[in-house]
Amino acid sequence: MESGKAGKAVKARAYWRANLRLVGILLGIWALVSYGAGILFRDWLDQWAIGGFKLGFWFAQQGAIYVFVILIFVYVVLMNRLDRKFGYNTPDKNL
Amino acid sequence: MSVQVWTYILVIASFILYIGIAIWSRAASTKDFYVAGGGVSPLANGLATAADWMSAASFISMAGIIAFAGYDGSVYLMGWTGGYVLLALLLAPYLRKFGKFTVPDFIGERYYSSTARIVAVLCALLVSFTYVAGQMRGVGVVFSRFLEVDVNTGVVIGMVIVLFYAVLGGMKGITYTQVAQYCVLIFAFMVPAIFISIQMTGNPVPQLGMGDTLADGSGTYLLDKLDGLSTELGFTAYTDGSKSRIDILAITLALMVGTAGLPHVIVRFFTVKRVRDARKSAGLALLFIAILYTAAPAVAVFAKTNMIETVRNQPYADMPAWFTKWEQTGLLTFTDRNGDGLVQYVQDPARNELVVDNDIMVLANPEIANLPAWVIALVAAGGLAAALSTAAGLLLVISSSISHDLIKNVFNPQLSEKRELWYARGAATLAVVVAGYFGINPPGFVAAVVALAFGLAAASFFPAILLGIFYKRMNSKGAVAGMITGISLMLFYMLKFKFGLFDGGKEAVPGLASQWWFGISPEGFGSVAMLVNFAVALVVNRFTPPPPERIQELVEDIRIPDAAPPPSGH
Repeated sequence: MESGKAGKAVKARAYWRANLRLVGILLGIWALVSYGAGILFRDWLDQWAIGGFKLGFWFAQQGAIYVFVILIFVYVVLMNRLDRKFGYNTPDKNL
Repeated sequence: MSVQVWTYILVIASFILYIGIAIWSRAASTKDFYVAGGGVSPLANGLATAADWMSAASFISMAGIIAFAGYDGSVYLMGWTGGYVLLALLLAPYLRKFGKFTVPDFIGERYYSSTARIVAVLCALLVSFTYVAGQMRGVGVVFSRFLEVDVNTGVVIGMVIVLFYAVLGGMKGITYTQVAQYCVLIFAFMVPAIFISIQMTGNPVPQLGMGDTLADGSGTYLLDKLDGLSTELGFTAYTDGSKSRIDILAITLALMVGTAGLPHVIVRFFTVKRVRDARKSAGLALLFIAILYTAAPAVAVFAKTNMIETVRNQPYADMPAWFTKWEQTGLLTFTDRNGDGLVQYVQDPARNELVVDNDIMVLANPEIANLPAWVIALVAAGGLAAALSTAAGLLLVISSSISHDLIKNVFNPQLSEKRELWYARGAATLAVVVAGYFGINPPGFVAAVVALAFGLAAASFFPAILLGIFYKRMNSKGAVAGMITGISLMLFYMLKFKFGLFDGGKEAVPGLASQWWFGISPEGFGSVAMLVNFAVALVVNRFTPPPPERIQELVEDIRIPDAAPPPSGH
């Protein structure tokens, strides 16, 4: 019984560490496209253009938002995979 | 058919739809009333969150603000979408696992103290009330301009509609009307945007049309043309902007964190069934929001270019019908300073003759571009959908803060569920009446305070919730000290630099800009106040005892999704 409880705690810690690593990476990208590309490195990026958009301006008004959407869906998929790996998810008939 | 008739048809049809949905989805229990029974699908919750989130400000004002701010407007675009990444990755799944009804519920339980709960309730009420008053005003403006009823009558009609479905249906009624309202508002926003994009660039996708060449065959890029026009009139180039970099950073951060800390947004994630649904619906919500948020900067560019071309150095006598109509509302004013009968629109305030309110750009855009009557009418229905859906979500937070967090959990834990439901309905009614009062008699500071609501949310809730999940040893004293310091500091900065309270009133405000701390405007100060909240919380926490064992177990529990066995009936 006691060892089962300890095993559970070890598993929970490993799950939490994997979760933190994933969130850390994704938030790094989040900061990079918004604060980085959209604000701090904007002038430097503006030397390139896609169509009529200067690149830094594009990140600030379009690109960052597209990346945000992608980031959340990547998180959803990877977390679901992590849940399954650790057996935390109940089997689901609808999906 | 005239615009007026089309507007009546579309607005009345949409109202009947909302009321029908409300009757179909009445709330039978407090669980229905607060969290829609906890069984909303991720798709429905994503749609409802998007409608809840996109207020009259997103629909009516944002594109206009960007049209006048150019690059500086990016703070709203990135700030009001980036917050969803924080929400999805850092808050929503864990709060769903915690599985109660409100944000003060979480703060109160996690920090095992009524003080923490009461501080959270006060913050929630402060943020929500300032926000909802602005929504009711938006309803009034749309009514008065498009249906030509008095602004106050418009507010009262809006109050009756919201009252009906919020009080009857609670969260359940609100959720399903918001799904319908999202469809109405996104259609109403995108149809004119697509029309104008085709007109100006030949590209049917506004997001791409914005970066495309003009349809006149000149091969000039639209953005280059607008940059040219802006500099010619003495403004900075559209794609350059004029705010300082540190201020842009601070405002963006404050809006992102504030978004993630807004109670009416957070509470939406209590309504889904499982932790994974909370993650998924956050993604869907941002996807639905992004459709409007990536089209808005395009609309801004189209509208600004169109407007400059229409008015620049043209005879006042030749101005089109929309010009005179908006002049009557006072949102657009023309003074012929040099008496030459032409409209001069330039940066230099001594020579400029035209003042245009931000809010006109979206509402007048279809008229400026000569779009068909039904498209113009659609914008009115969309604006109302945006304002009503947000107002309803906020009213629910106010009502649950009073009936659940204060009456049930602080004053009278023995309250029966049936009585609590009646208190919730009563509180919602009271909140609608107060919001309506502020809509009819707007204190001059409403618009300013709505923008600052994000600062207040960033300075109070976000650190307390984040530390509550990610830092097991975080205790009650630290969290309460952090919240109180954060929100007080934010209020002080706001009163000093936005209202000039300590320097002789409103007139002093422009002169105070040079004294801003670190060059950060009141709009961006929420990020500083948030950091102070974190710092105070962590320092106080260090010198006070850790939370009890059961709280540390609670934190471990919310970090793990669906540890419980599958529900019965399997």
